[in-house]
Amino acid sequence: MSFFSFGQSAEIDVVLTDAETRKKAEHKTEDGKKDKYFLFYDGETVAGKVNVTLKNPGKRLEHQGIKIEFVGQIELYYDRGNHHEFVSLVKDLARPGELTQSQTFDFEFTHVEKPYETYTGQNVKLRYFLRATVSRRLNDISKEMDIVVHTLSTYPELNSSIKMEVGIEDCLHIEFEYNKSKYHLKDVIVGKIYFLLVRIKIKHMEIDIIKRETTGTGPSVYHENDTIAKYEIMDGAPVRGESIPIRLFLAGYEMTPTMRDINKKFSVRYYLNLVLIDEEERRYFKQQEITLWRKGDVVRKSMSTQATIGAQRFEGSASSESALEKAAREDSG
Amino acid sequence: MSDPTVADTRRLNSKPQDLTDAYGPPSNFLEIDVYDPQTIGVGRNRFTTYEVRMQTNLPIFKLKDSVVRRRYSDFEWLKNELERDSKIVVPPLPGKALKRQLPFRGDEGIFEESFIEERRVGLEQFINRLAGHPLAQNERCLHMFLQDESIDRNYIPGK
Repeated sequence: MSFFSFGQSAEIDVVLTDAETRKKAEHKTEDGKKDKYFLFYDGETVAGKVNVTLKNPGKRLEHQGIKIEFVGQIELYYDRGNHHEFVSLVKDLARPGELTQSQTFDFEFTHVEKPYETYTGQNVKLRYFLRATVSRRLNDISKEMDIVVHTLSTYPELNSSIKMEVGIEDCLHIEFEYNKSKYHLKDVIVGKIYFLLVRIKIKHMEIDIIKRETTGTGPSVYHENDTIAKYEIMDGAPVRGESIPIRLFLAGYEMTPTMRDINKKFSVRYYLNLVLIDEEERRYFKQQEITLWRKGDVVRKSMSTQATIGAQRFEGSASSESALEKAAREDSG
Repeated sequence: MSDPTVADTRRLNSKPQDLTDAYGPPSNFLEIDVYDPQTIGVGRNRFTTYEVRMQTNLPIFKLKDSVVRRRYSDFEWLKNELERDSKIVVPPLPGKALKRQLPFRGDEGIFEESFIEERRVGLEQFINRLAGHPLAQNERCLHMFLQDESIDRNYIPGK
């Protein structure tokens, strides 16, 4: 904003063509506030108008060009200077010249690729935004408008259950089972814990959902663990032969889809942690990774292409599918 | 895949608990024997010790099989420690038999065979009831009594 009242200045405003009809999604910003932004999916066109309103009508506005950009970038909090742009599109709206009156420019970014989901985390942020800029000699006038992108998937073909026997020799043997390994964000985790041998005095048992955000590569990898949920599934001492059911509704928790090695910059993975606590507050636990995915709400006609693209991007080829299974088994080992 | 609009929340199949598991003997055991009384010393400085043997498969005990020698005052010490430090109602010890320790008795007093046997039974009942209690199992003094060679009266009480 210019403090000099002699020159001319302008205000920029970006308005989407489908602002009335397009859905908005809530997203938590870095400082914890929840805001609503326009929701886009991969492949959708981003179109609208840029309004440049002159502050002092009558005076001209000299400029070095007016443009609008669509940017998708990853920002690591410990390295704010470097933004890693994975999508960068530009449309020139006006060549260098001057504006004598307020003007509106149309723009359209057709079938924009939005490969990743918008994410705001503890140490990293991935965002998409439109940025309209009026370039000037001394200082540019620009305006950013953030949008939220969701990546959709469909029911995976292969969704094996997780079933395992674990324990401590002669003290505690259990067999646990979760009905699936891939859950959508509004799914229900159905499972059971079967006690094969109990020689310690167990006070209670709970299931925790842990979100692990991994940033950085090579030697400077950093994991940030966050316990999203703690859900007690058993109170009191179990005996041999007893089976404890698990029913955990995911819709109540704020979670994102599993994001693996996004643009080689960060990952967000989710784990189920089964915790048994004994009379002396000792904790015995078994962690197991689960894959979370986002299910499309309503399959609209205009959405079907988007959903297919989204599903393809998630599922990938058969080889990446088996790589996922292998990784899941290795993690559990 | 089942109807995607309604989540499938049915429990996973599990066999109902076997009757042998439900009513069968527990897979954990804890047996303590108090036996072999030996009277040590002469004259007025005599005292009787008993062998205390513990066999268990509970993980909370360091040794699965241990043998120590203890006298009545050791059992008293254990009772006092637990009454002070834990919230358990400690089972009763067999009597202190002060009357038997007075002079001018017709019999051997506290070294009378029948009395020693009575006391032995009482001590065995006492220690078995106590050692099975989960709160007692948390106390350092119980483990020291059952499994350490000798009791260190200057120990730091704790869990």
